[in-house]
Amino acid sequence: MNPTRVFATAGRVLNQIRHDPRTIGLLLVVPALLIGLVAWIFTDTPVFATIGPAILALFPFIVMFLVTSITTLRERRTGTLERLLSMPLGRGDFILGYTIAFGLIAVVQALIASAYALWVCGLDVKGDPWLLVAVAVTDAVLGSTLGLFASAFARTEFQVVQFMPLLVFPQILLGGIFFPRDQLPSGLKEISDWLPLSHAVDALNAVATNSHDAAYIGGQLLIIGAFALGAVVLGALTLQRRTA
Amino acid sequence: MMNSPEDTRSTAIAIEGLRVRRGRVEVLQGLDLHVPRGQVVGLLGPSGCGKTTLMRAIVGVQKVKGGTVSVLGQPAGSAALRHRVGYVTQAASVYDDLTIRQNLDYFRRVLGAARADVDSAIAATDLQEHAGRLVSSLSGGERSRVSLAAALLGSPDLLVLDEPTVGLDPLLRVELWGLFHRLADAGTSLLVSSHVMDEASRCDRLILMREGAVLADATPEELLAETGAADAEGAFLALLRRRHARHALPEAEDAPAEDAAAEETNEADAMEPANESDHDHQHDHRAAHQEEAR
Repeated sequence: MNPTRVFATAGRVLNQIRHDPRTIGLLLVVPALLIGLVAWIFTDTPVFATIGPAILALFPFIVMFLVTSITTLRERRTGTLERLLSMPLGRGDFILGYTIAFGLIAVVQALIASAYALWVCGLDVKGDPWLLVAVAVTDAVLGSTLGLFASAFARTEFQVVQFMPLLVFPQILLGGIFFPRDQLPSGLKEISDWLPLSHAVDALNAVATNSHDAAYIGGQLLIIGAFALGAVVLGALTLQRRTA
Repeated sequence: MMNSPEDTRSTAIAIEGLRVRRGRVEVLQGLDLHVPRGQVVGLLGPSGCGKTTLMRAIVGVQKVKGGTVSVLGQPAGSAALRHRVGYVTQAASVYDDLTIRQNLDYFRRVLGAARADVDSAIAATDLQEHAGRLVSSLSGGERSRVSLAAALLGSPDLLVLDEPTVGLDPLLRVELWGLFHRLADAGTSLLVSSHVMDEASRCDRLILMREGAVLADATPEELLAETGAADAEGAFLALLRRRHARHALPEAEDAPAEDAAAEETNEADAMEPANESDHDHQHDHRAAHQEEAR
């Protein structure tokens, strides 16, 4: 791993996005808009207070998964990855560069979405709102790294988009957003324990209700981080210098 | 391996028994090749003959089934070579959503090359006027020049260029071949692929490939002397006819092939001889077309 190459790659990815204002707009505004929509749907009911925090984790996760998987797939397809791998760029340099670039975007996205949820939609958070942002950012990074991993198994953009229902939907269904996790049938409950998004939702609910201390939330963040790290390692392994 | 130190100093690429399978097809079936240092070596052959696969094996991004590929005295793809080998893929492998300068600056930082390299690469490929433009707004020829410029960064010892002159205007093509020779004179080894036969005369040495095998490996002069042909196209056909008796069809059997020949692919069209009035030549060519169309 070489810091110069990692940051050169991160800078390059950010530069590419800078030339695409529409993508920037979509990345930064869409999650906030969707949160606003959910808040509107559940006006005058207590539902938004319950699911609002979890939604905050969900949209950055999905958006970052899609953006990252498609960008890296494009890199594989246009031959730039082949060029880079014939150069002294390490696989870790490449993946980490991408993670940093999209991680930074995720921070901005999570800040906007959280601010919108708290101040505009009136989401009631009893704990420290910064913890909310921290979970949302970790979640967005997880989305990025899973996207990187998924792109290795897709040959076309069509395929990579299909990985979203495969890798992301089960996590949403079992994560405790629609149905409390402790009421899931046995078997599913255990599976949901092993899905990273479940821990994100738990952490966000803990912040919202202030039912646990910061150490618990830190522990949940570590679990999500471990999943993200695992996806990075697997993603780097699937990045073969030599291809058939 | 079997090379003496003397060989290693004069050989840029040494390939022995290289076998590559892509999908169900064995693209290269035990290929041997030696490319000398400090020369512009042309790799010529029709589209699909294995040129790109061979080049990918040389830069170390191709999975190989057997054989050895040694580049500048080291196994192809080894870490030490990644600073020393520049590679230009057939499609321009640069970022559409960056400017020319941003592209080159990124590749420069990956290579750890000097900042000044960006300007000299831009100048060498005649892109000064466009340096601030997004690659997505460039023409095909301009994009492939950006791709070439990226390969020049860090002054590699070996340049592997896969069809770098496709779609360029004739003047620029001449200029680029001039650049290749200047680089070779300064000690760089170049392997340049092309399916345009008229570029053969610009090479110090020629490798003719067909269906994954090397048909000839000689200087242009040797090749013409050996085959008695007037140009590289003729020499290629002469060699083909020696290998495959089918190519030496008698004139009468040529006639029904007219339709098939008319439906030829672009790749074969690019091999069209420059001198259309050369009657014998035309016939040989049609025989080749007939074979291609089968």
